[in-house]
Amino acid sequence: MTRLAARGAAWLALALITLAFLGPFLWVLIASLEPEATLAAQPTLSFSLDNFKAVLTWDTIILPLINSIVISGSTAVLTVLVAGLAAYPLSRYQLRYRRHFMLTLLFTTGLPVTAILVPVYAMFFRFNLYGSVPAMVLFLTASSLPFSIWMMKNFMDGVPVNLEEAAWVDGAGWVRSLTAVVGPLMAPGIAVVAIFVFVGQWGNFFAPFVLLDTPEKQPAAVTVYTFFSQYGQVAYGQLAAFSILYTAPAVVLYVAVNKYLASSFSFAGSVKG
Amino acid sequence: MTIVTAPSPSVTSRPVRGSSRRGVLRWLVPLGPALVLLALFLAGPILWSVYIAFTNETLTGSASVHSRFVGVANFVKLFGDPNFLNSFLLTFVFVIGSAVIGQNTLGLIIALLQRGRGRVTRSVVNGVVIAAWVVPEVVAAACWFSFLAEEGTLNTVLGISQEWLYTAPMLAVILANIWRGTAFSMLVYSAALSEVPADLLESAAVDGAGPGRRLLHITLPLIRRSVMANLMLITLQTLASFGLIYALTGGGPGTASQTTPLYMYEQAFRYFEIGYGSAIALVMLVIGALFSLIYLRLIKVEDA
Repeated sequence: MTRLAARGAAWLALALITLAFLGPFLWVLIASLEPEATLAAQPTLSFSLDNFKAVLTWDTIILPLINSIVISGSTAVLTVLVAGLAAYPLSRYQLRYRRHFMLTLLFTTGLPVTAILVPVYAMFFRFNLYGSVPAMVLFLTASSLPFSIWMMKNFMDGVPVNLEEAAWVDGAGWVRSLTAVVGPLMAPGIAVVAIFVFVGQWGNFFAPFVLLDTPEKQPAAVTVYTFFSQYGQVAYGQLAAFSILYTAPAVVLYVAVNKYLASSFSFAGSVKG
Repeated sequence: MTIVTAPSPSVTSRPVRGSSRRGVLRWLVPLGPALVLLALFLAGPILWSVYIAFTNETLTGSASVHSRFVGVANFVKLFGDPNFLNSFLLTFVFVIGSAVIGQNTLGLIIALLQRGRGRVTRSVVNGVVIAAWVVPEVVAAACWFSFLAEEGTLNTVLGISQEWLYTAPMLAVILANIWRGTAFSMLVYSAALSEVPADLLESAAVDGAGPGRRLLHITLPLIRRSVMANLMLITLQTLASFGLIYALTGGGPGTASQTTPLYMYEQAFRYFEIGYGSAIALVMLVIGALFSLIYLRLIKVEDA
Protein backbone atom coordinates (compact mmCIF):
# COMPACT_ATOMS: atom_id res chain seq x y z
CA MET A 1 0.00 0.00 0.00
CA THR A 2 2.70 2.53 0.94
CA ARG A 3 4.67 1.32 -2.06
CA LEU A 4 1.72 2.17 -4.25
CA ALA A 5 1.40 5.59 -2.61
CA ALA A 6 5.10 6.25 -3.15
CA ARG A 7 4.79 5.31 -6.81
CA GLY A 8 1.80 7.61 -7.17
CA ALA A 9 3.64 10.47 -5.49
CA ALA A 10 6.67 10.01 -7.72
CA TRP A 11 4.49 9.94 -10.78
CA LEU A 12 2.63 13.07 -9.71
CA ALA A 13 5.90 14.88 -9.01
CA LEU A 14 7.22 13.99 -12.45
CA ALA A 15 4.01 15.18 -14.08
CA LEU A 16 4.21 18.52 -12.23
CA ILE A 17 7.85 19.01 -13.15
CA THR A 18 7.08 18.27 -16.79
CA LEU A 19 4.22 20.78 -16.80
CA ALA A 20 6.42 23.40 -15.15
CA PHE A 21 9.07 22.89 -17.80
CA LEU A 22 6.48 23.08 -20.55
CA GLY A 23 5.06 26.37 -19.23
CA PRO A 24 7.53 28.82 -20.75
CA PHE A 25 7.28 27.09 -24.13
CA LEU A 26 3.52 27.50 -24.28
CA TRP A 27 3.38 31.09 -25.34
CA VAL A 28 5.88 30.72 -28.15
CA LEU A 29 4.02 27.75 -29.60
CA ILE A 30 0.61 29.40 -29.36
CA ALA A 31 1.65 32.93 -30.31
CA SER A 32 3.46 31.80 -33.45
CA LEU A 33 0.13 30.61 -34.86
CA GLU A 34 -1.98 33.50 -33.63
CA PRO A 35 -2.45 36.33 -36.11
CA GLU A 36 -2.73 38.99 -33.41
CA ALA A 37 -0.64 37.63 -30.62
CA THR A 38 0.07 39.55 -27.44
CA LEU A 39 2.14 38.54 -24.45
CA ALA A 40 -0.90 36.82 -22.97
CA ALA A 41 -0.88 33.10 -23.55
CA GLN A 42 -4.54 32.81 -24.30
CA PRO A 43 -5.58 29.95 -26.48
CA THR A 44 -7.64 31.15 -29.39
CA LEU A 45 -9.19 29.32 -32.26
CA SER A 46 -7.95 31.58 -35.01
CA PHE A 47 -4.80 29.84 -36.05
CA SER A 48 -2.90 30.83 -39.14
CA LEU A 49 0.55 30.76 -40.63
CA ASP A 50 0.56 34.52 -41.19
CA ASN A 51 3.36 35.11 -38.68
CA PHE A 52 5.63 32.65 -40.41
CA LYS A 53 4.82 34.23 -43.75
CA ALA A 54 5.56 37.68 -42.35
CA VAL A 55 9.01 36.84 -41.02
CA LEU A 56 10.08 34.81 -44.02
CA THR A 57 11.65 37.76 -45.78
CA TRP A 58 15.26 38.25 -46.77
CA ASP A 59 16.14 40.90 -44.18
CA THR A 60 14.13 39.51 -41.32
CA ILE A 61 15.15 35.92 -41.18
CA ILE A 62 16.75 34.55 -44.33
CA LEU A 63 19.93 36.62 -44.23
CA PRO A 64 20.44 36.15 -40.45
CA LEU A 65 19.94 32.41 -40.85
CA ILE A 66 22.41 32.31 -43.73
CA ASN A 67 24.86 34.23 -41.54
CA SER A 68 24.28 31.71 -38.76
CA ILE A 69 24.91 28.83 -41.15
CA VAL A 70 28.08 30.44 -42.49
CA ILE A 71 29.46 31.29 -39.04
CA SER A 72 28.52 28.03 -37.30
CA GLY A 73 29.28 25.90 -40.34
CA SER A 74 32.74 27.27 -41.04
CA THR A 75 33.58 27.15 -37.33
CA ALA A 76 32.49 23.50 -37.19
CA VAL A 77 34.42 22.49 -40.33
CA LEU A 78 37.56 24.32 -39.26
CA THR A 79 37.36 22.94 -35.73
CA VAL A 80 36.99 19.36 -36.98
CA LEU A 81 39.97 19.72 -39.33
CA VAL A 82 42.28 21.32 -36.80
CA ALA A 83 41.17 19.14 -33.88
CA GLY A 84 41.37 15.97 -36.00
CA LEU A 85 44.95 16.75 -37.01
CA ALA A 86 45.93 17.61 -33.45
CA ALA A 87 44.32 14.51 -32.02
CA TYR A 88 46.39 12.13 -34.16
CA PRO A 89 49.78 12.58 -32.48
CA LEU A 90 48.05 12.89 -29.11
CA SER A 91 46.36 9.57 -29.62
CA ARG A 92 49.11 7.65 -31.39
CA TYR A 93 52.49 8.85 -30.18
CA GLN A 94 54.06 8.75 -26.74
CA LEU A 95 54.80 12.40 -26.27
CA ARG A 96 56.56 13.64 -23.21
CA TYR A 97 54.14 16.41 -22.29
CA ARG A 98 51.01 14.78 -23.65
CA ARG A 99 49.32 14.41 -20.30
CA HIS A 100 50.10 18.00 -19.34
CA PHE A 101 48.76 19.20 -22.66
CA MET A 102 45.53 17.24 -22.34
CA LEU A 103 45.01 18.46 -18.79
CA THR A 104 45.65 22.04 -19.89
CA LEU A 105 42.98 21.63 -22.57
CA LEU A 106 40.51 20.33 -20.00
CA PHE A 107 41.42 23.20 -17.70
CA THR A 108 40.83 25.67 -20.52
CA THR A 109 37.29 24.40 -21.12
CA GLY A 110 36.48 25.67 -17.64
CA LEU A 111 37.61 29.24 -18.24
CA PRO A 112 34.77 31.73 -18.65
CA VAL A 113 34.67 32.59 -22.38
CA THR A 114 32.57 35.62 -21.49
CA ALA A 115 35.56 37.15 -19.73
CA ILE A 116 37.89 36.43 -22.64
CA LEU A 117 35.74 38.57 -24.93
CA VAL A 118 36.95 41.86 -23.45
CA PRO A 119 40.61 41.27 -24.36
CA VAL A 120 39.58 39.69 -27.68
CA TYR A 121 37.58 42.79 -28.47
CA ALA A 122 40.48 45.05 -27.51
CA MET A 123 42.80 42.95 -29.65
CA PHE A 124 40.41 42.95 -32.62
CA PHE A 125 40.12 46.70 -32.37
CA ARG A 126 43.87 47.21 -32.19
CA PHE A 127 44.55 45.01 -35.22
CA ASN A 128 41.61 46.21 -37.30
CA LEU A 129 39.80 42.89 -37.11
CA TYR A 130 36.67 44.34 -35.52
CA GLY A 131 33.70 43.45 -37.73
CA SER A 132 35.58 40.77 -39.61
CA VAL A 133 33.59 37.53 -39.88
CA PRO A 134 36.64 35.36 -40.76
CA ALA A 135 38.55 36.68 -37.73
CA MET A 136 35.58 35.94 -35.50
CA VAL A 137 35.32 32.43 -36.95
CA LEU A 138 38.99 31.88 -36.08
CA PHE A 139 38.33 33.02 -32.52
CA LEU A 140 35.26 30.78 -32.24
CA THR A 141 37.31 27.87 -33.59
CA ALA A 142 40.04 28.47 -31.04
CA SER A 143 37.48 28.61 -28.25
CA SER A 144 35.91 25.30 -29.35
CA LEU A 145 39.26 23.58 -29.84
CA PRO A 146 40.11 22.47 -26.30
CA PHE A 147 36.91 20.50 -25.88
CA SER A 148 36.94 19.24 -29.49
CA ILE A 149 40.53 17.99 -29.34
CA TRP A 150 39.69 16.23 -26.12
CA MET A 151 36.66 14.51 -27.66
CA MET A 152 38.42 13.76 -30.91
CA LYS A 153 41.33 12.11 -29.11
CA ASN A 154 38.96 9.90 -27.16
CA PHE A 155 37.19 8.82 -30.35
CA MET A 156 40.55 8.19 -32.02
CA ASP A 157 41.73 6.07 -29.11
CA GLY A 158 38.81 3.81 -29.93
CA VAL A 159 40.25 2.99 -33.35
CA PRO A 160 42.68 0.10 -32.83
CA VAL A 161 46.25 0.86 -33.88
CA ASN A 162 46.72 -2.53 -35.54
CA LEU A 163 44.37 -1.44 -38.33
CA GLU A 164 46.95 1.13 -39.31
CA GLU A 165 49.82 -1.30 -39.29
CA ALA A 166 49.05 -2.61 -42.77
CA ALA A 167 49.20 0.96 -44.03
CA TRP A 168 52.51 1.56 -42.28
CA VAL A 169 53.97 -1.59 -43.80
CA ASP A 170 52.97 -0.20 -47.17
CA GLY A 171 55.02 2.86 -46.30
CA ALA A 172 52.18 5.24 -45.56
CA GLY A 173 53.01 8.23 -43.37
CA TRP A 174 50.73 9.75 -40.74
CA VAL A 175 48.84 11.76 -43.35
CA ARG A 176 47.75 8.66 -45.26
CA SER A 177 47.18 6.80 -42.04
CA LEU A 178 44.90 9.54 -40.73
CA THR A 179 42.97 10.23 -43.92
CA ALA A 180 42.66 6.72 -45.31
CA VAL A 181 42.37 4.54 -42.21
CA VAL A 182 41.57 6.42 -39.00
CA GLY A 183 39.35 9.14 -40.47
CA PRO A 184 36.78 6.86 -42.11
CA LEU A 185 36.68 4.56 -39.09
CA MET A 186 35.86 7.41 -36.72
CA ALA A 187 33.38 9.13 -39.02
CA PRO A 188 30.59 8.98 -36.40
CA GLY A 189 32.89 10.62 -33.87
CA ILE A 190 33.78 13.35 -36.32
CA ALA A 191 30.09 13.95 -36.99
CA VAL A 192 29.40 14.25 -33.25
CA VAL A 193 32.16 16.81 -32.74
CA ALA A 194 31.04 18.78 -35.82
CA ILE A 195 27.41 18.87 -34.65
CA PHE A 196 28.39 19.80 -31.08
CA VAL A 197 30.39 22.74 -32.32
CA PHE A 198 27.73 23.75 -34.84
CA VAL A 199 24.87 23.72 -32.33
CA GLY A 200 27.01 25.50 -29.74
CA GLN A 201 27.81 28.33 -32.13
CA TRP A 202 24.27 28.41 -33.48
CA GLY A 203 23.08 29.66 -30.10
CA ASN A 204 26.10 31.87 -29.44
CA PHE A 205 24.92 35.40 -28.80
CA PHE A 206 27.64 37.30 -26.96
CA ALA A 207 30.56 36.85 -29.39
CA PRO A 208 28.83 38.07 -32.58
CA PHE A 209 27.00 40.74 -30.56
CA VAL A 210 30.35 42.16 -29.45
CA LEU A 211 32.65 41.41 -32.36
CA LEU A 212 30.54 42.19 -35.44
CA ASP A 213 29.67 45.74 -36.37
CA THR A 214 26.74 45.76 -38.80
CA PRO A 215 23.32 44.09 -38.77
CA GLU A 216 24.00 42.56 -42.20
CA LYS A 217 26.70 40.35 -40.67
CA GLN A 218 24.78 39.33 -37.58
CA PRO A 219 23.56 35.75 -37.09
CA ALA A 220 19.98 34.95 -36.06
CA ALA A 221 20.87 34.92 -32.34
CA VAL A 222 21.54 38.66 -32.41
CA THR A 223 18.60 39.37 -34.73
CA VAL A 224 16.17 37.69 -32.30
CA TYR A 225 17.56 39.81 -29.53
CA THR A 226 17.18 43.04 -31.52
CA PHE A 227 13.71 41.90 -32.47
CA PHE A 228 12.62 41.47 -28.90
CA SER A 229 14.56 44.19 -27.12
CA GLN A 230 12.44 46.67 -29.08
CA TYR A 231 9.29 45.16 -27.64
CA GLY A 232 7.57 48.54 -27.68
CA GLN A 233 6.55 48.01 -31.26
CA VAL A 234 7.34 44.40 -31.90
CA ALA A 235 4.85 42.00 -33.37
CA TYR A 236 4.86 39.25 -30.77
CA GLY A 237 3.50 36.59 -33.07
CA GLN A 238 6.35 37.23 -35.48
CA LEU A 239 8.91 37.07 -32.68
CA ALA A 240 7.48 33.68 -31.73
CA ALA A 241 7.52 32.45 -35.33
CA PHE A 242 11.11 33.69 -35.73
CA SER A 243 12.11 31.90 -32.53
CA ILE A 244 10.68 28.62 -33.79
CA LEU A 245 12.32 28.85 -37.20
CA TYR A 246 15.63 29.74 -35.58
CA THR A 247 15.46 26.99 -32.96
CA ALA A 248 14.37 24.15 -35.27
CA PRO A 249 17.78 23.36 -36.87
CA ALA A 250 19.46 23.16 -33.45
CA VAL A 251 16.80 20.76 -32.20
CA VAL A 252 17.03 18.55 -35.30
CA LEU A 253 20.82 18.32 -35.05
CA TYR A 254 20.61 17.75 -31.33
CA VAL A 255 18.28 14.78 -31.84
CA ALA A 256 20.81 13.38 -34.31
CA VAL A 257 23.58 13.22 -31.68
CA ASN A 258 21.34 12.53 -28.71
CA LYS A 259 22.35 8.88 -28.56
CA TYR A 260 26.04 9.72 -28.24
CA LEU A 261 25.33 12.50 -25.82
CA ALA A 262 23.87 10.23 -23.17
CA SER A 263 27.07 8.20 -22.94
CA SER A 264 29.13 11.39 -22.76
CA PHE A 265 27.60 12.16 -19.42
CA SER A 266 28.99 9.17 -17.70
CA PHE A 267 31.88 10.52 -15.68
CA ALA A 268 32.57 7.00 -14.61
CA GLY A 269 34.83 6.23 -17.53
CA SER A 270 37.18 9.07 -16.87
CA VAL A 271 36.91 8.99 -13.13
CA LYS A 272 38.60 6.58 -10.84
CA GLY A 273 36.04 5.79 -8.22
CA MET B 1 29.42 23.11 -22.76
CA THR B 2 31.90 21.02 -20.93
CA ILE B 3 31.40 17.33 -20.77
CA VAL B 4 33.94 14.70 -20.02
CA THR B 5 33.67 11.89 -22.46
CA ALA B 6 34.54 8.48 -21.26
CA PRO B 7 37.82 7.49 -22.83
CA SER B 8 37.76 4.14 -24.48
CA PRO B 9 40.14 1.51 -23.19
CA SER B 10 43.58 2.89 -23.83
CA VAL B 11 45.29 1.82 -26.96
CA THR B 12 48.95 0.98 -26.78
CA SER B 13 50.61 3.86 -28.52
CA ARG B 14 53.19 3.38 -31.13
CA PRO B 15 56.56 3.99 -29.51
CA VAL B 16 58.56 6.90 -30.84
CA ARG B 17 62.28 6.57 -31.11
CA GLY B 18 64.64 9.31 -30.00
CA SER B 19 64.08 12.96 -30.62
CA SER B 20 65.33 13.23 -34.16
CA ARG B 21 64.16 16.21 -36.16
CA ARG B 22 61.84 13.94 -38.09
CA GLY B 23 60.38 12.78 -34.79
CA VAL B 24 59.65 16.33 -33.66
CA LEU B 25 58.14 17.29 -37.01
CA ARG B 26 55.91 14.27 -36.89
CA TRP B 27 53.93 15.63 -33.95
CA LEU B 28 54.58 19.32 -34.45
CA VAL B 29 53.11 19.48 -37.96
CA PRO B 30 49.68 18.03 -37.12
CA LEU B 31 49.51 19.86 -33.79
CA GLY B 32 50.73 23.11 -35.36
CA PRO B 33 47.45 24.64 -36.54
CA ALA B 34 45.79 23.96 -33.19
CA LEU B 35 48.73 25.41 -31.25
CA VAL B 36 48.80 28.54 -33.42
CA LEU B 37 45.05 29.15 -33.06
CA LEU B 38 45.09 28.50 -29.31
CA ALA B 39 48.08 30.79 -28.86
CA LEU B 40 46.70 33.62 -31.01
CA PHE B 41 43.05 33.60 -29.98
CA LEU B 42 42.96 32.18 -26.45
CA ALA B 43 46.34 32.44 -24.72
CA GLY B 44 47.11 35.72 -26.48
CA PRO B 45 43.97 37.55 -25.36
CA ILE B 46 44.33 36.26 -21.80
CA LEU B 47 47.91 37.56 -21.58
CA TRP B 48 46.84 40.74 -23.32
CA SER B 49 44.12 41.23 -20.70
CA VAL B 50 46.74 40.92 -17.97
CA TYR B 51 48.62 43.75 -19.64
CA ILE B 52 45.70 46.10 -20.37
CA ALA B 53 44.19 45.54 -16.94
CA PHE B 54 47.16 47.58 -15.67
CA THR B 55 46.65 50.41 -18.16
CA ASN B 56 44.03 53.12 -18.51
CA GLU B 57 43.12 52.01 -22.03
CA THR B 58 39.84 53.30 -23.40
CA LEU B 59 38.39 53.30 -26.87
CA THR B 60 37.37 56.94 -26.79
CA GLY B 61 38.97 60.08 -25.40
CA SER B 62 42.65 60.75 -24.90
CA ALA B 63 43.49 57.42 -23.29
CA SER B 64 42.58 55.68 -26.54
CA VAL B 65 45.66 57.18 -28.17
CA HIS B 66 47.93 57.45 -25.19
CA SER B 67 47.04 54.62 -22.91
CA ARG B 68 49.56 54.34 -20.14
CA PHE B 69 50.52 52.02 -17.35
CA VAL B 70 48.56 52.80 -14.22
CA GLY B 71 49.72 49.98 -11.96
CA VAL B 72 47.08 48.47 -9.75
CA ALA B 73 44.81 51.51 -9.99
CA ASN B 74 42.11 49.56 -11.82
CA PHE B 75 42.05 46.91 -9.13
CA VAL B 76 42.01 49.46 -6.32
CA LYS B 77 39.08 51.14 -8.05
CA LEU B 78 37.42 47.76 -8.61
CA PHE B 79 37.38 46.68 -5.00
CA GLY B 80 36.12 50.07 -3.88
CA ASP B 81 33.44 50.23 -6.56
CA PRO B 82 29.99 49.66 -5.05
CA ASN B 83 28.61 48.66 -8.46
CA PHE B 84 31.24 45.96 -8.85
CA LEU B 85 30.71 44.69 -5.31
CA ASN B 86 26.97 44.67 -5.96
CA SER B 87 27.49 42.68 -9.18
CA PHE B 88 29.77 40.27 -7.37
CA LEU B 89 27.18 39.67 -4.68
CA LEU B 90 24.45 39.18 -7.30
CA THR B 91 26.64 36.71 -9.20
CA PHE B 92 27.12 34.79 -5.98
CA VAL B 93 23.36 34.74 -5.35
CA PHE B 94 22.76 33.75 -8.98
CA VAL B 95 25.25 30.87 -8.90
CA ILE B 96 24.09 29.54 -5.53
CA GLY B 97 20.39 29.95 -6.33
CA SER B 98 20.22 28.79 -9.91
CA ALA B 99 23.09 26.31 -10.14
CA VAL B 100 24.09 24.90 -6.76
CA ILE B 101 20.60 24.75 -5.26
CA GLY B 102 18.31 24.88 -8.30
CA GLN B 103 19.79 22.92 -11.19
CA ASN B 104 21.78 20.55 -9.03
CA THR B 105 18.95 19.58 -6.68
CA LEU B 106 16.24 19.52 -9.31
CA GLY B 107 18.45 17.53 -11.67
CA LEU B 108 19.11 14.97 -8.94
CA ILE B 109 15.42 14.80 -8.00
CA ILE B 110 14.32 14.24 -11.59
CA ALA B 111 16.99 11.58 -12.11
CA LEU B 112 15.93 9.82 -8.89
CA LEU B 113 12.22 10.00 -9.73
CA GLN B 114 12.87 8.56 -13.16
CA ARG B 115 14.47 5.42 -11.85
CA GLY B 116 12.33 2.42 -12.53
CA ARG B 117 9.76 4.39 -14.53
CA GLY B 118 8.58 3.18 -17.90
CA ARG B 119 10.30 4.07 -21.13
CA VAL B 120 7.55 6.41 -22.25
CA THR B 121 7.49 8.41 -19.01
CA ARG B 122 11.26 8.75 -19.11
CA SER B 123 11.40 9.97 -22.67
CA VAL B 124 8.58 12.49 -22.18
CA VAL B 125 10.20 13.97 -19.07
CA ASN B 126 13.67 13.87 -20.60
CA GLY B 127 12.40 15.38 -23.83
CA VAL B 128 10.78 18.39 -22.17
CA VAL B 129 13.65 19.08 -19.75
CA ILE B 130 16.26 18.72 -22.49
CA ALA B 131 14.26 20.89 -24.90
CA ALA B 132 14.70 23.79 -22.47
CA TRP B 133 18.43 23.17 -22.62
CA VAL B 134 18.70 22.93 -26.40
CA VAL B 135 16.95 26.19 -27.32
CA PRO B 136 19.34 29.09 -27.89
CA GLU B 137 19.69 31.35 -24.86
CA VAL B 138 18.06 34.31 -26.55
CA VAL B 139 15.01 32.22 -27.40
CA ALA B 140 14.96 30.97 -23.81
CA ALA B 141 14.91 34.61 -22.73
CA ALA B 142 11.98 35.32 -25.08
CA CYS B 143 10.10 32.33 -23.62
CA TRP B 144 10.61 33.57 -20.08
CA PHE B 145 9.91 37.16 -20.96
CA SER B 146 6.42 36.19 -22.05
CA PHE B 147 5.99 33.58 -19.31
CA LEU B 148 6.62 36.21 -16.62
CA ALA B 149 4.81 39.09 -18.33
CA GLU B 150 1.92 40.79 -16.58
CA GLU B 151 -0.59 38.90 -18.69
CA GLY B 152 1.71 35.97 -19.17
CA THR B 153 1.28 32.28 -18.52
CA LEU B 154 2.54 32.30 -14.92
CA ASN B 155 0.21 35.04 -13.72
CA THR B 156 -2.69 33.44 -15.58
CA VAL B 157 -2.04 30.12 -13.86
CA LEU B 158 -1.52 31.71 -10.44
CA GLY B 159 -4.41 34.11 -10.95
CA ILE B 160 -2.44 37.18 -9.92
CA SER B 161 -1.07 40.29 -11.55
CA GLN B 162 2.62 40.91 -11.08
CA GLU B 163 5.44 42.38 -13.17
CA TRP B 164 7.98 39.79 -12.16
CA LEU B 165 10.86 41.30 -14.13
CA TYR B 166 10.46 44.54 -12.16
CA THR B 167 9.42 43.32 -8.75
CA ALA B 168 11.69 40.27 -8.52
CA PRO B 169 14.31 40.42 -11.29
CA MET B 170 16.82 38.16 -9.53
CA LEU B 171 14.17 35.55 -8.83
CA ALA B 172 13.14 35.74 -12.48
CA VAL B 173 16.64 35.19 -13.88
CA ILE B 174 17.34 32.46 -11.32
CA LEU B 175 14.17 30.57 -12.28
CA ALA B 176 14.87 30.99 -15.98
CA ASN B 177 18.40 29.69 -15.53
CA ILE B 178 17.22 26.70 -13.50
CA TRP B 179 14.78 25.90 -16.31
CA ARG B 180 17.53 26.20 -18.85
CA GLY B 181 20.31 24.34 -17.11
CA THR B 182 18.66 21.50 -15.17
CA ALA B 183 18.98 19.08 -18.12
CA PHE B 184 22.75 19.02 -17.71
CA SER B 185 22.62 17.96 -14.06
CA MET B 186 19.81 15.54 -14.81
CA LEU B 187 21.89 13.80 -17.49
CA VAL B 188 24.96 13.68 -15.26
CA TYR B 189 22.95 12.19 -12.39
CA SER B 190 21.08 9.72 -14.60
CA ALA B 191 24.41 8.40 -15.80
CA ALA B 192 25.81 8.29 -12.26
CA LEU B 193 22.73 6.57 -10.81
CA SER B 194 22.83 3.87 -13.44
CA GLU B 195 26.18 2.82 -11.94
CA VAL B 196 24.75 2.34 -8.46
CA PRO B 197 24.26 -1.41 -7.97
CA ALA B 198 20.57 -2.25 -7.59
CA ASP B 199 21.17 -5.21 -5.27
CA LEU B 200 22.89 -2.94 -2.76
CA LEU B 201 19.77 -0.80 -2.54
CA GLU B 202 17.54 -3.87 -2.38
CA SER B 203 19.41 -5.49 0.47
CA ALA B 204 19.31 -2.19 2.36
CA ALA B 205 15.56 -2.09 1.82
CA VAL B 206 15.27 -5.65 3.12
CA ASP B 207 17.22 -4.55 6.20
CA GLY B 208 14.55 -1.93 6.77
CA ALA B 209 16.22 1.22 5.43
CA GLY B 210 13.64 3.67 4.09
CA PRO B 211 14.06 5.64 0.87
CA GLY B 212 15.55 8.62 2.71
CA ARG B 213 18.20 6.56 4.47
CA ARG B 214 19.06 4.65 1.32
CA LEU B 215 19.59 7.94 -0.50
CA LEU B 216 21.65 9.45 2.29
CA HIS B 217 23.77 6.45 3.21
CA ILE B 218 24.13 4.49 -0.03
CA THR B 219 23.28 6.41 -3.19
CA LEU B 220 24.81 9.79 -2.35
CA PRO B 221 28.13 8.44 -1.03
CA LEU B 222 28.45 6.30 -4.15
CA ILE B 223 27.85 9.16 -6.57
CA ARG B 224 29.63 11.86 -4.56
CA ARG B 225 32.33 12.33 -7.21
CA SER B 226 29.70 13.00 -9.84
CA VAL B 227 28.00 15.42 -7.45
CA MET B 228 31.22 17.35 -6.89
CA ALA B 229 32.21 17.33 -10.56
CA ASN B 230 28.72 18.45 -11.54
CA LEU B 231 28.75 21.26 -8.97
CA MET B 232 32.05 22.54 -10.33
CA LEU B 233 30.93 22.39 -13.96
CA ILE B 234 27.58 24.11 -13.46
CA THR B 235 29.23 26.73 -11.25
CA LEU B 236 31.67 27.46 -14.07
CA GLN B 237 28.89 27.68 -16.64
CA THR B 238 26.68 29.88 -14.47
CA LEU B 239 29.50 32.20 -13.43
CA ALA B 240 29.97 33.35 -17.02
CA SER B 241 26.29 33.42 -17.94
CA PHE B 242 25.51 36.51 -19.99
CA GLY B 243 22.98 36.15 -22.81
CA LEU B 244 20.02 34.97 -20.79
CA ILE B 245 20.21 37.72 -18.14
CA TYR B 246 21.11 40.38 -20.66
CA ALA B 247 18.17 39.59 -22.92
CA LEU B 248 15.74 39.07 -20.03
CA THR B 249 16.37 42.06 -17.74
CA GLY B 250 19.40 43.82 -19.20
CA GLY B 251 20.74 43.83 -15.64
CA GLY B 252 17.91 45.99 -14.45
CA PRO B 253 15.81 47.52 -13.22
CA GLY B 254 18.72 49.80 -12.34
CA THR B 255 21.42 47.38 -11.29
CA ALA B 256 19.06 44.95 -9.53
CA SER B 257 20.11 41.97 -11.64
CA GLN B 258 23.46 43.19 -12.95
CA THR B 259 25.78 40.24 -12.40
CA THR B 260 29.53 40.61 -12.96
CA PRO B 261 29.54 39.62 -16.67
CA LEU B 262 26.88 42.27 -17.32
CA TYR B 263 28.79 44.86 -15.32
CA MET B 264 31.90 43.99 -17.28
CA TYR B 265 29.94 44.36 -20.51
CA GLU B 266 28.70 47.77 -19.47
CA GLN B 267 32.16 49.05 -18.55
CA ALA B 268 34.00 47.61 -21.55
CA PHE B 269 31.48 47.81 -24.36
CA ARG B 270 29.19 50.65 -23.41
CA TYR B 271 31.61 53.06 -21.71
CA PHE B 272 34.61 51.65 -23.60
CA GLU B 273 36.67 51.50 -20.41
CA ILE B 274 38.76 48.67 -21.80
CA GLY B 275 41.42 48.78 -19.09
CA TYR B 276 38.85 48.68 -16.32
CA GLY B 277 36.79 46.07 -18.16
CA SER B 278 39.87 43.89 -18.53
CA ALA B 279 40.51 44.12 -14.81
CA ILE B 280 36.98 42.78 -14.23
CA ALA B 281 37.57 40.08 -16.87
CA LEU B 282 40.80 39.12 -15.14
CA VAL B 283 39.05 38.72 -11.80
CA MET B 284 36.46 36.48 -13.49
CA LEU B 285 39.18 34.47 -15.22
CA VAL B 286 41.01 33.91 -11.95
CA ILE B 287 37.82 32.74 -10.21
CA GLY B 288 37.01 30.49 -13.17
CA ALA B 289 40.54 29.09 -13.15
CA LEU B 290 40.26 28.26 -9.44
CA PHE B 291 37.03 26.31 -9.97
CA SER B 292 38.49 24.64 -13.04
CA LEU B 293 41.51 23.49 -11.02
CA ILE B 294 39.31 22.08 -8.28
CA TYR B 295 37.34 20.29 -10.98
CA LEU B 296 40.49 18.78 -12.50
CA ARG B 297 41.62 17.55 -9.10
CA LEU B 298 38.23 16.00 -8.48
CA ILE B 299 37.85 13.95 -11.61
CA LYS B 300 41.35 12.43 -11.66
CA VAL B 301 41.65 11.93 -15.38
CA GLU B 302 42.69 8.38 -16.07
CA ASP B 303 44.29 8.38 -19.48
CA ALA B 304 45.02 11.81 -20.82
